[in-house]
Amino acid sequence: MSDHDHGNGASDLEVRSRALESLLYEKGLLTPAAVDALISTFEEDLGPMNGARVVARAWVDPDYKRRLLEDGAAAIAELGYGGLQSEHLVAVENTPTVHNVVCCSLCSCYPWPVLGLPPRWYKEPAYRSRIVIEPRAVLAEFGLELDEDVEVRVWDSSSEIRYLVLPQRPEGTEGMSEDELAPLVTRDAMIGVTKALSPVAA
Amino acid sequence: MAGVEAMPRSNGELVFEEPWQARAFGVAVGLVEEQGLDWEEFRRRLIDEIGAWEHEHGTGSGDAYSYYERWLAALERLVLERGLVTAAELEEEILHVAAEDDHGHDH
Repeated sequence: MSDHDHGNGASDLEVRSRALESLLYEKGLLTPAAVDALISTFEEDLGPMNGARVVARAWVDPDYKRRLLEDGAAAIAELGYGGLQSEHLVAVENTPTVHNVVCCSLCSCYPWPVLGLPPRWYKEPAYRSRIVIEPRAVLAEFGLELDEDVEVRVWDSSSEIRYLVLPQRPEGTEGMSEDELAPLVTRDAMIGVTKALSPVAA
Repeated sequence: MAGVEAMPRSNGELVFEEPWQARAFGVAVGLVEEQGLDWEEFRRRLIDEIGAWEHEHGTGSGDAYSYYERWLAALERLVLERGLVTAAELEEEILHVAAEDDHGHDH
């Protein structure tokens, strides 16, 4: 269906979306307050800064890291994050010999409570199809070159499981606090297409 | 309508590219929660819509891909197939909203 403008610039898609929303309110199936609250949550409260706290905690606290790897949902709940289909959150740990990367080959499944909404490229057909077929090539395009002896594991989110990559702690971060470490943990590192930032800026 | 620079961002990127996408997102997640549906009811329809687009365009064609257009189509299918709204009701409301716009009315 083409998406042309109406008189005031509203597209076909916008008109369809507004119409459906109005109808659901009229029928009492949904309230504006519920929708507004959700949008607000996603625009303000949810984002990679949450996941960065989780990772920073895991880097400084080995017991927390163990709990995170054993039961991701329970561990992120300790920091106040959860809900929104994160009941089966699995954290996968990067090591010197294993590099993990996450996708949703069929749609866009993503660990919302700790990363917010996915970037556009994560949802595009090219990433979703290529990452499972040729992960090293895709990672190289993100600037990540891995040695041949590093195993690459691609995690394809299922209907229930959401994945969070626990990146390796960068060199030169000894003695840094969680607050100092969190800014080094990028969204892309928690998806697995890059590594965490080095404390020494390039 | 607010300028693009005023829209919420995460990681420096827009959380939603256009306001209607935020609404469509909120309606889908909200409806599933309010109606006590399984998220899978929406997700499997989203997968179908995405699959249909890819079947027609391929995954490497570079054709313009509108994720939220797929999302909206899945949401429409969900409400229609679950009998929450009828096709006639939806069509009528679409015409009503479009007519309001064309006449410049506020609602």
